[in-house]
Amino acid sequence: MALRVRDLTLGYDRHPAVHHLDLDLAGGSLTAIVGPNGAGKSTFLKGVMGELPPLEGRIERGAARVAYLPQLSEVDRSFPLSVQAFVAMGLWHRTGAFGGLSRADLSRVGEALAAVGLTGFERRPISALSGGQVQRVMFARLLLQDAGLILLDEPFTALDAKTAADLLAVVQRWHGEGRTVLAVLHDIEAVRRHFPQTLLLAREKVAHGPTDTVLTAENLFRARQMSEAFDDDANVCVRPDRQGAA
Amino acid sequence: MSWLIDPFADFAFMQRALLGCLAISLGATPVGVFLLLRRMSLTGDAMAHAILPGAAVGYLVAGLNLGAMTIGGVAAGLVVAVLTGAVARFTALREDASLAAFYLISLALGVLLVSLKGSNVDLMHVLFGTVLALDDAALTLLCAISTVTLVALALVYRPLVLECADPRFLRSVSGWSGPVHFLFLGLVVLNLVAGFQALGTLMAVGIMILPAAAARFWATSIGGMLAVAACVAAISSVAGLLASYHAGLPSGPAIILAAGTFYLLSLVFGPSGSLAARFWPRAHLEA
Repeated sequence: MALRVRDLTLGYDRHPAVHHLDLDLAGGSLTAIVGPNGAGKSTFLKGVMGELPPLEGRIERGAARVAYLPQLSEVDRSFPLSVQAFVAMGLWHRTGAFGGLSRADLSRVGEALAAVGLTGFERRPISALSGGQVQRVMFARLLLQDAGLILLDEPFTALDAKTAADLLAVVQRWHGEGRTVLAVLHDIEAVRRHFPQTLLLAREKVAHGPTDTVLTAENLFRARQMSEAFDDDANVCVRPDRQGAA
Repeated sequence: MSWLIDPFADFAFMQRALLGCLAISLGATPVGVFLLLRRMSLTGDAMAHAILPGAAVGYLVAGLNLGAMTIGGVAAGLVVAVLTGAVARFTALREDASLAAFYLISLALGVLLVSLKGSNVDLMHVLFGTVLALDDAALTLLCAISTVTLVALALVYRPLVLECADPRFLRSVSGWSGPVHFLFLGLVVLNLVAGFQALGTLMAVGIMILPAAAARFWATSIGGMLAVAACVAAISSVAGLLASYHAGLPSGPAIILAAGTFYLLSLVFGPSGSLAARFWPRAHLEA
């Protein structure tokens, strides 16, 4: 099992953004997370990464290494770094804080850049890249992380068709290598075409399973209904039936 | 050429001043470059204010004693740094607001303590430094801090660069984010304490930030910026000391004004991102 989630509630300021979620992700699965804005998709990924401590429940990660592409990265693009130095950060698990980059490491960086179509960009400063090129660079770094579980938060948003297709090919390569991939996506058609599994989330789990059984008109309608409730005066959530569920 | 060499050849106090300033140039400027790259340039200034009360308390307890003032300054600086970082990481308050709050508390506390004991002219040394009267102990301290800084920066270079460029990624691959941030703030404090021995608390920030700001207009890589900043600081030190010697100027401000001159020249004529590049652009390329 690549990821096991039990009775997970995540939230901000006591208001839940993910509510009592149970989820099992099989190793090597390729899963899309779909749901309306505010459904808790990004929050869930933050929870899996440990950026946000659970209000309740627990998360067990089966993979030794987890790679994460946040929706809003904190990359300082004005920082004077070359593409090569930036992508090489993905080798942290090999170099650690102190180790140097070997010749073999640099050729790995070159291969990762080639895989995302950025051969020859090694010396370019990251400040000189376009939005699409930045996303390609982020994927090159993810490639080098060599992770068993890969979390992608809206990886194809604001990309042109060519770039999105190239990066989708990288995702499919990971799937082929037996890595577990979990990606937040908004393009329902792309999900139907390329993602075998889907988690439909609207604060609570609406459905999880094979994509064609999850993305039904009825489920999508239910997801839209569920996500709007935010009550300043909400009562404390008590679910006696869940007490022992973990 | 004798005006360039003789002051240093003939007078021991000029040699000591030069050695002290070069030590600060090597240690403080890399710290300044990373402050600049992290958009924390004013953090240095706030930290200098936070250190002042600690040094003043040391002075009140033990008189004009290097050890007591150094320990007081480092202690006050580290307390403010740790509290600032902790509040920024564990509460909703951002680092800038948190730092402003703690350094103002520290400064007020210091002013209160000093006024209780009555003011003293010697305290002016803390404010404006005594670069022309550095004794062996002070020189040893400056060189030691400079060495510790360079070794520490070399060791944590990768986590520090990552913490500056993509802190969220660093947090996702390791637990270095917090430690490297606090270590860096510790280096800022140490170098400000070194700086105030020679240049005074108010001028110490100058040798940290001005060379780094000048370097931004010349270099486009971190290594390049570090090298340019150290050279600017070293040349400013020599120029400031010579101006001080020949024209009878106070040496601390003379050194900082020399660095300021470098900054202004770089701002106008530097090859990358300067006013010249903005208003007299060279012809654009084909691709």
